[in-house]
Amino acid sequence: MRVLKVVVCIKQVPDTNEVKLDPVTGTLIRDGVPSIINPDDKAGLEAALRMKDEYGARVTVISMGPQQADLALREALAMGADEAILVTDRAFGGADTWATSSTLASAIKKLEFDLIITGRQAIDGDTAQVGPQIAEHLGLANISYAEDIKLEGDSVVVRRQYEDRYHVIKAKMPCLITALSELNKPRYMTPGGIFDAYREKTVTIWTRPDLDVSDSNIGLKGSPTRVHKSFTKAVKGKGTVVALDIQESADFLIEKLKEKFIL
Amino acid sequence: MLNLNDYKGVFVFVQQVDNKVTSVSYELVSKGKELAKELETSVTAILLGHKVDALCTNLAKYGADRIVVVDDPALETYMTEPYVYAMSEVVKAYNPEIVLVGATAIGRDLAPRVAARVLTGLTADCTKLEIDPETKNLMMTRPAFGGNIMATILCPNHRPQMATVRPGVMQRSEINEDAKAEIVHYKLDDIAAHINVEIKEIIKKTAGKMDIQDAKILISGGRGMGSPENFKLLDNLAEALGGTIASSRAAVDSGWVEKDRQVGQTGKTVRPNLYIACGISGAIQHLAGMEESEIIIAINKDPGAPIFEVADYGIVGDATKILPVFTEQIKKLIEQK
Repeated sequence: MRVLKVVVCIKQVPDTNEVKLDPVTGTLIRDGVPSIINPDDKAGLEAALRMKDEYGARVTVISMGPQQADLALREALAMGADEAILVTDRAFGGADTWATSSTLASAIKKLEFDLIITGRQAIDGDTAQVGPQIAEHLGLANISYAEDIKLEGDSVVVRRQYEDRYHVIKAKMPCLITALSELNKPRYMTPGGIFDAYREKTVTIWTRPDLDVSDSNIGLKGSPTRVHKSFTKAVKGKGTVVALDIQESADFLIEKLKEKFIL
Repeated sequence: MLNLNDYKGVFVFVQQVDNKVTSVSYELVSKGKELAKELETSVTAILLGHKVDALCTNLAKYGADRIVVVDDPALETYMTEPYVYAMSEVVKAYNPEIVLVGATAIGRDLAPRVAARVLTGLTADCTKLEIDPETKNLMMTRPAFGGNIMATILCPNHRPQMATVRPGVMQRSEINEDAKAEIVHYKLDDIAAHINVEIKEIIKKTAGKMDIQDAKILISGGRGMGSPENFKLLDNLAEALGGTIASSRAAVDSGWVEKDRQVGQTGKTVRPNLYIACGISGAIQHLAGMEESEIIIAINKDPGAPIFEVADYGIVGDATKILPVFTEQIKKLIEQK
């Protein structure tokens, strides 16, 4: 039987839950913030690994980023991915979602695949644009916001989340799915897996010359959008905080709601 | 090099589901009108769907000067490719300078593909849109890093300048009952040929409750409420005040409330007249979704909780004890009236 080939795109991100604001300056404290595999991407990887467990799928993880992203790819290998590719070059730096997706699409074109899974969005950028745009560059159907993925012959059946409903969508492979972290609970690395990730398996490095993509579609130069400025939000003036007993607390709130004409 | 002057007008994608216009679309028509005024141009609504002409009346009332309707059975229910195709064709035919799309589960799927197809940039989840007085470029401001940083993004050399905009952030304008819009039916013959997936089933979530983005009063609970049973206390207060309940991510993750109640970076942005946060510590991701509320009241046991930084009125105490007394008193006051 033909082996199902799944490509999973992952991004290494700073754990934004660990980011704290300096109470005095209002700026970010980034020191010592751990890097993790983006949660939606990790759920996508887990979904692919379950296809490996169940159907013997071959799972390739790919990441675009600096050299340090090697760590995220090794973690994916230790979880059970078969192959890892790091797309890294200064020429790819400063890319917006347009240039990122065109770079990743040109890398994926070099691979054989039936299914591409990306996370819905990364917790540092929150754009949710790279997945659908990879599909656009590759001319594939995409199903976003997947809460459940099943294989059915040469098709996938996905429960696609909307605000007030789900669509159960069937699409023929090859296609691209963007995964929500609600999709599953990703497995942990195993000691044997960690050993393999560093001793048996390798992370393949692809740089600028390895990709067949025009200079006008990569990096800062290939990015239609520019960051004009970034800033931390102005902190609003502090209100009144009181510590009273239960009855007094209720009275205080009633008083304030009357003042504001809510009561 | 493209001639930027060939691109004119502010265009807004109108999202309709079951032939009802999604709230954010009116917000964007209103905002689009403001931007159009500054640019001395007009605002055009793009309405995709099937048998949707009746929706034009309200769009005109919110300020649409023109409505481009693509009416086709293949557009009745949202599917990525038919919508991307129809939207891209309209954009290519009209060459707008700005295209706004609601940052909904539909808009965040549609807009990236349209932007890639018409070869332009897209800024996601904007919370502020302004025109640069000198260059007339659109300045798109959005939160990043889980709401820790705000970034202003430009799309200087490509057109249209595209943005998705968070629902609930832009204000709807006053409606003008007499306003009329020019309606154009844009014909595309082959939309059905672009269907590349099959919708096997549509499952609606049982709501029964008011959408938290429409509510004027939100009573919101977090992990500090202690148990799902204690959320009943929030329900009681919400009922007394005519509001509805919301929650932090922690309460959703604990399975105490439905995901559609979640306020914050990965939930919804809300801007009610009154937001009462009970047992919510106020992670940055939560604050990002509610700090624009008119009046914020916080009740929390921990005097160091960050929620007190944004609260107009804070009570250091146990919400599960204070709420019943507070609710009873409100009920009595309302009865007396």
